[in-house]
Amino acid sequence: MPRILKDFLSRNGTGPGLVMLGLVLFWTVGLIILPQLSMLDFSFRPNLPPPEMGGPKDVYTLENYKYLIYGPEGGSQAYNTVDLMVFFRTLVAAACVTVFNLIICYPIAYYLGQTKGNHIRVFALMLIIPYWINEILRAFALRIIFGETGVLNTIFTGIGLFDTPFDFIRNDYALYAGLGYAYILLMIFPIYNVIESLDHNQIEAARDLGAPWWRIHWRVVIPYAKPGISSGCTMVFMLSAGALAAPQILGGPSSLWFTQLIYQQFNDSSDWPQGAAYAVVLLVTCVLLVLAVMRLFKVNMGDIGK
Amino acid sequence: MVAGVGVDLENLWIRFGDFVAVRDANVNIKGGDFFSFLGPSGCGKTTILRAVSGFLEPSEGNVLIGGKNMKGVGPNKRPTALIFQNLALFPLMKVWENIAFSMEIKGASAAERRKRADELLEMIALEGQGDKLPSELSGGQRQRVAIARALCAEPHVLLLDEPLSALDLKLRQHMRTELREIQQRVGITFIYITHDQGEALTMSDNIAVMRAGVIDQIGEGKTIYNDPATPFAASFVGENNVFRGKVKRVSGDRVLVQSNRSGELLARISTANLGRLKEGDNAMIFIRPEAFELAKTGTEGDHYVSARVINEEFEGNVFNIFMEGDGGKEIKVSLPNLGQSFDSHKGQTMTLKYDVKNAVAMPAGVLATE
Ligand SMILES: Nc1ncnc2c1ncn2[C@@H]1O[C@H](COP(=O)(O)OP(=O)(O)OP(=O)(O)O)[C@@H](O)[C@H]1O
Ligand SMILES: [Mg+2]
Repeated sequence: MPRILKDFLSRNGTGPGLVMLGLVLFWTVGLIILPQLSMLDFSFRPNLPPPEMGGPKDVYTLENYKYLIYGPEGGSQAYNTVDLMVFFRTLVAAACVTVFNLIICYPIAYYLGQTKGNHIRVFALMLIIPYWINEILRAFALRIIFGETGVLNTIFTGIGLFDTPFDFIRNDYALYAGLGYAYILLMIFPIYNVIESLDHNQIEAARDLGAPWWRIHWRVVIPYAKPGISSGCTMVFMLSAGALAAPQILGGPSSLWFTQLIYQQFNDSSDWPQGAAYAVVLLVTCVLLVLAVMRLFKVNMGDIGK
Repeated sequence: MVAGVGVDLENLWIRFGDFVAVRDANVNIKGGDFFSFLGPSGCGKTTILRAVSGFLEPSEGNVLIGGKNMKGVGPNKRPTALIFQNLALFPLMKVWENIAFSMEIKGASAAERRKRADELLEMIALEGQGDKLPSELSGGQRQRVAIARALCAEPHVLLLDEPLSALDLKLRQHMRTELREIQQRVGITFIYITHDQGEALTMSDNIAVMRAGVIDQIGEGKTIYNDPATPFAASFVGENNVFRGKVKRVSGDRVLVQSNRSGELLARISTANLGRLKEGDNAMIFIRPEAFELAKTGTEGDHYVSARVINEEFEGNVFNIFMEGDGGKEIKVSLPNLGQSFDSHKGQTMTLKYDVKNAVAMPAGVLATE
């Protein structure tokens, strides 16, 4: 038995230790790894009606992946430009949402983390309470704000800023706002957590040595907050790229989110292998992107957990 | 090298809501001085320092640095550098980057910064340690890095907020000497905050004794020790024995006090209180433990004290004798150990003699509570 396991069991008692271990194993293996593996398996198989499954036609193939790149066989175009465009647009948009979110959330997190007093608790509550409302309702609430006859348009045409109502939805403003808003807490709290532990004297020391405010942030606060920033950005990016409800409700009719394509394949075309292949591509690309960015900014994997 | 400039506090008041943290402070610190603010915890020392460095605007009055009024000048624009109580080194920057941070702000190249940092590292005897992180240094080394970082900014005034309090005794004593040396080498003004009178006395040119937001006395260490202005200064700086009583007669700078339990005592009125004692006033007389010598038992007179010995201890360089004193407090007597034999007198009454110039009298007032 490895030492770490022995230590774990002796610390928690053999009985409870085994139960805990079993639950964790069930959770990671049973609920995460196995279903994902079966998805991976699906993605390499042809889409067959149930009677033919396991039959002679059920062989491993790259067809589903090829489809994303080349489109249907004998199609009019050399590449599957529509799906590929959606794919890249989703990644770029998710990255934009992440950066945008970071720009908004960093000052909030800094303020919450470095200010003392009871009003901070009230602030934090005000941030959390909207999340008691479910995602769909929040998305529809944004539709009310951004819609053609919505609050913003009424105000802007009212004060004469616009002559005709502006279509926030068709232009995807509503979508970005919705995605940004949906994950704001996931950005604020990790950053807040680290900044709260930053000794205020360090900020004062930098100021005393002559640093203007931006340099204090650049050299003292941001390097210190890097673990929080990277875990916030990772979560927001992953969840935005994988979001479904917000694009469904707030996206313009012409702009699909890649998850919507996946959803259509699973649901509308009942082509599970094709959907699985798209999902795998999204997952792997996101993970690789995150790892690359982490490497670029010299963030360790261990920091993310902080 | 930059020359030290003077710092003046003029009628400085600092309030937090209704609470007065500093009350009407008037201090003139000469350029190049090592000046200490000495006082117990919570008396407003840090508050004064923050007002000088610019993190806090005075409620009333002025802070002048080099004769210039600092009103509205931010901490990053003042010719001061502050060393924080907990040092506040930047943990993610290497030691040399920490030291040269102020140059980075001014846009110096990495090579210039590195060169200056190495010079300063040599000055603080940490050559070759520039590439470490602060966490890889010992407490005393970190202390010196904090000093180097502050000096690198070429301040005219260096402000130090109890910088030695986190160190152990040996290191603290070593750093005292070192700080004093550094100050004399760079020649700038040091304003040093401490609640440790030993630190203040050994390092400073001048000391301000503070009590609850009020400055009681400003002067050289020797003056404060030998000629305290208030009962607080007398009892806070060094050990002291207090005798309370009523003034019987005043003549010149001498005063005869009818003490509560030691008979009539003759004393010298402290300089700051000349002319402020008259017959019938409540007075306090302070006599240091080392100012007593043994006299023949039963001798009486206006510079003799007799009391029963409660306890005795041997401290190496001195014998300490504790005797029944006034108001439940013991009288402490320290006799230098000159190799003489010393018999126990526990329980007996002993008579002590003192030189009148070493007994300092002043109007009764608040004592420092230990
Ligand atoms: N921001 C503030 N708001 C309210 N009261 C304050 C504030 N800062 C300091 N005080 C009060 O002012 C008084 C003086 O504080 P200060 O920090 O100057 O003490 P100090 O002499 O430096 O003590 P120490 O030796 O313990 O550091 C204290 O009673 C403190 O409670
Ligand atoms: Mg303090």
